[in-house]
Amino acid sequence: MGPVADDVSSYLKRRARWSPFEIAFWVFAFASIWLFPGKHLILTETAILALFALSLDLILGYAGIISLGQAAFFGLAGYCAGLLAKYGLVTEPVLALLVSGVAAAILGFVTSFLVLRGSDLTRLMVTLGVSLMLGELANRFSDITGGADGLQGVEVEPILGRFRFDMFGHNGYTYSLIVLFVCFLIVRRIVYSPFGLSLRAIKGNALRSAAVGIPVKWRLVAIYTIAAFFAGIAGALLTQTTAFCSLDVLSLDRSADLLLVLIIGGTGYLYGGLIGAVIYKFLQDWIATLTPQYWQFWIGLVLVVIVLIGRERFESWITAIRLGLARFASRLISRPATLGAGEGP
Amino acid sequence: MAILETRGLEKRFGGIIAAQNVSLAIEKGARHALIGPNGAGKTTVINLLTGVLKPTAGTILLEGRDITALEPHQRVALGMARTFQINQLFPDLTPLEHIGLAVSERLGSGGDWWRLVGSKSQVTEEIVEIIERFRLADVMHLRTAILPYGKQRLLEIAVAFACRPHVLLLDEPAAGVPEAERHELLATIEALPAEVTVLLIEHDMDLVFSFADRISVLVNGTLFVDGAPEEVARDPRVKAVYLGEEADA
Repeated sequence: MGPVADDVSSYLKRRARWSPFEIAFWVFAFASIWLFPGKHLILTETAILALFALSLDLILGYAGIISLGQAAFFGLAGYCAGLLAKYGLVTEPVLALLVSGVAAAILGFVTSFLVLRGSDLTRLMVTLGVSLMLGELANRFSDITGGADGLQGVEVEPILGRFRFDMFGHNGYTYSLIVLFVCFLIVRRIVYSPFGLSLRAIKGNALRSAAVGIPVKWRLVAIYTIAAFFAGIAGALLTQTTAFCSLDVLSLDRSADLLLVLIIGGTGYLYGGLIGAVIYKFLQDWIATLTPQYWQFWIGLVLVVIVLIGRERFESWITAIRLGLARFASRLISRPATLGAGEGP
Repeated sequence: MAILETRGLEKRFGGIIAAQNVSLAIEKGARHALIGPNGAGKTTVINLLTGVLKPTAGTILLEGRDITALEPHQRVALGMARTFQINQLFPDLTPLEHIGLAVSERLGSGGDWWRLVGSKSQVTEEIVEIIERFRLADVMHLRTAILPYGKQRLLEIAVAFACRPHVLLLDEPAAGVPEAERHELLATIEALPAEVTVLLIEHDMDLVFSFADRISVLVNGTLFVDGAPEEVARDPRVKAVYLGEEADA
């Protein structure tokens, strides 16, 4: 390959490079296992919410599909994981997680054809409708789901036959974090692949996308199905780490909270869902200890403030912080490099 | 044999007839121009050819194959690409990514999700070829939204060309391009390989008569005149249509 070709190749790959910010983020995330042993229960919830938000970001931030029904996949897989464990159908948690995710993906594939049609508003209505229907079905068939009492008698076996879910949630958190990280790696790969690029193209201009030969419909079906899979993994994780599943996994609140998380964290750059989930969970936790009854008032206020300050100004602060961190990190990295043999710039 | 042919093409929007009994035959390697006054249905015809619109009646044949029922992306795969009268680009993507999208789809790796963008050498080689042909190297890594208008028009053509079309439909490629940037654009169009058949939709008569070896005139959704440039230029009915339009204006 000639110099221009190298240039082209490296420009195209540049986006996919791991930034110091990303490395620092994950180092800190895994360090939290040892740093905050007393916070593992809320951290588990946060990791699950982050994975769930990541699934919505895939379709909203990358493909431009707005949804108010992501809870349908979360809930279906949540019940699936619960039933698999309760009746001993699939006892190993990791395998059960995959089976539940696939169940959610199948629902995602089937319902994707409804979502393909129409504008944003119709998509909101259709996705909301599907999750409401599923919620009502779970309520109606209470002999299977336990109805309003929730699914009782779920006993989750040790992970890989070795690591038992303890009551402090230590293993549960480590498990959830690893699952989140693995899912994140896959999502990251997808986003920086030709397939991911074509999604961004479709979001930018569907008419032109078709005119360069992109099968728009099938790409959207594929990403909707993939996102449903990850939402399902999140739902199944919740059931496994709490050994319980109730109707609220399918509630509208859950889908709406998810949109809030992405509004707080921002869409289309992978970390929006993760950062949003951390802020949302800890804000909720902090306000709830201050004023247990009226915490939603304060969450609402924070949202209004975020919108009023404006995304751009907010992001410029974050970019400034990120740049600062990156400079700091690169100084840390470059110091040992200058001590060792001279490496390339 | 005609490479692109329409037979009795018709499009109605409710009671309005946008195109009626359009039977075009475009020869392989031709520089064919489709002209007509505003609202004559030129863009409707392009949208029918490319599959954005489905005809009410009639058939479209590409290299002898009936493509009337095919989706737009399937027609691209069979060798027909287009540009748009009003830029239809991806404002947040770079020219490099634009070309990459088209090349990846054509080589069948556009749906790969396990590979990183830019990791397939066959794709990068073709991208480089197109970037160099259209002289986009200096702007290839800039966001498209901030490119000068002339460069964006050039990119319109480059993206369509990256689909390696047998038939290239250019919908008013020079529309709105300032005089200073016009020359580069026209030179690029002139330099398109001879084996690529070009159908040009254009308002600018200078461009049409300097470029086309065959001209079809569309008026009120029907084909009016079809012939060599000299014949069309002499035709009193064509003059009447254009003069009439100017008199109205």
